[in-house]
Amino acid sequence: MWHETDSAGAAVRGKSDWPFYCGLGLLTSVYLILIVTMLLAAGSYTTWGHLGAAFSSPAIRYSIRLSLLSCTLTTLLSLCVGVPTGYLLSRFRFPGIGVIDALLDVPIVLPPLVIGLCLLILFQTSPGRWLQGWVPITYAIPSVVLAQFTVSCAFAVRTMLVTFDQISPRCEQVALTLGCSRTQAFWTVALPEARRGILTAATLVWARSLGEFGPVLIFSGATRMRTEVLPTTVFLELSTGNIEAAVAVSLLMIVAAVVVLAITRAFGVRGHREFLP
Amino acid sequence: MIAVEKLSVGVGGFMLQDISFEVPAGNYAVLMGRTGSGKTTLVEAICGLRRVSAGRVLLRNQDVTGLKPAQRGIGYVPQDGALFSTMTVRENLGFALSIRGIKGAAVDARIKELAGWLGISGLLKRGIRGLSGGERQRIALGRALAARPSVLCMDEPLSALDDETREQMYGLLQTVNKHENVTVLHVTHNRQDADRLADQILRFDHGRVS
Repeated sequence: MWHETDSAGAAVRGKSDWPFYCGLGLLTSVYLILIVTMLLAAGSYTTWGHLGAAFSSPAIRYSIRLSLLSCTLTTLLSLCVGVPTGYLLSRFRFPGIGVIDALLDVPIVLPPLVIGLCLLILFQTSPGRWLQGWVPITYAIPSVVLAQFTVSCAFAVRTMLVTFDQISPRCEQVALTLGCSRTQAFWTVALPEARRGILTAATLVWARSLGEFGPVLIFSGATRMRTEVLPTTVFLELSTGNIEAAVAVSLLMIVAAVVVLAITRAFGVRGHREFLP
Repeated sequence: MIAVEKLSVGVGGFMLQDISFEVPAGNYAVLMGRTGSGKTTLVEAICGLRRVSAGRVLLRNQDVTGLKPAQRGIGYVPQDGALFSTMTVRENLGFALSIRGIKGAAVDARIKELAGWLGISGLLKRGIRGLSGGERQRIALGRALAARPSVLCMDEPLSALDDETREQMYGLLQTVNKHENVTVLHVTHNRQDADRLADQILRFDHGRVS
């Protein structure tokens, strides 16, 4: 049964409207068919044997472990930065907020390869080289996390900004009159109210990090058993002609993406559709 | 008592200027004014939720203009109740006490007392979702009174209620004033609210209180 979602409610449809509805349905179907057939094609290209062979490879197992570790670390770091930044931008007005808001979108709009290149150059500057004297970053595991964090954190900020925008500040104001400091109002009222948004942000960041390739390739390199994450594996296997292994790893990423999508849809808050993976 | 002396508050493009009035201790004052006249801004300034550009706010004969909301000893009930949706009714009622580090029997006794005379004893274990407008306002009222403030500010607390619930709330609000011995400032645009509840009617018109 079809329903119109405008505030006027579903209107009576006449025959003359059918070409319009058919047009909408047709155009939507074209894209849906493309997505479904693409996934089915990838699924049908591989066999259990290919999957078994791929996942018994030490390099691929390393890549899975590093992906899980780096994505989890990136998610935690992104929440640590994204939650307070989203709260700041949602609740306070101060000079320069427009510039800050625009800057936070830069990692989303910049080409991923450019971000990787910029990170590489950053760590060739004097402060970057000084830092690398203490902790090796470029072409090492920390660079994987940093590359993923640079892009994914922007999504955490955007998601948390929308989340806090949807939560009325009135509850926090009441908490202030009831005896809370600003910090207590944040921890006891705002943060629990934002829990669904935090879960959405975490799943989005995790999924985004899992698929991050461009910045990782440039900033971390594509060294087997060292900085190899799942997208790197797909790239390396394709470049050596091992399409079966590339497809098997891709399927793993598809499954992870579907699980994340399901979690986000089940627990996500309204208004987050624009950030869904 | 509540006293506002030559208070000026800026809100976006407009400014409330030179607002002065006084509500003697124990009075039930109703501040009336049209929608958009700045009544809510005035209440927020008294509660310390809005910065004041000039003038003073005195509560219990003490200048609180520079104090944080938490230090003013005001109970605040906003229009929509603004209940904490992640907490149960009991946790909402006990919030002001728990934030002050009060625990155990003292909190239980106060919650029981408030729930009893607010008629919400049966709701204590429930969450906030699914409560009626009248139940929400009773809980918001109980939460605001839990720490025994001497001043209670309510911003259109009855505006979203049906006639029958509104009638019940009139009786309850009159009891609040006497039972809890608080000075009440009740903001509304409804004439009937003022007629039924007020010891003192303040009219807010063109940025002036008369």
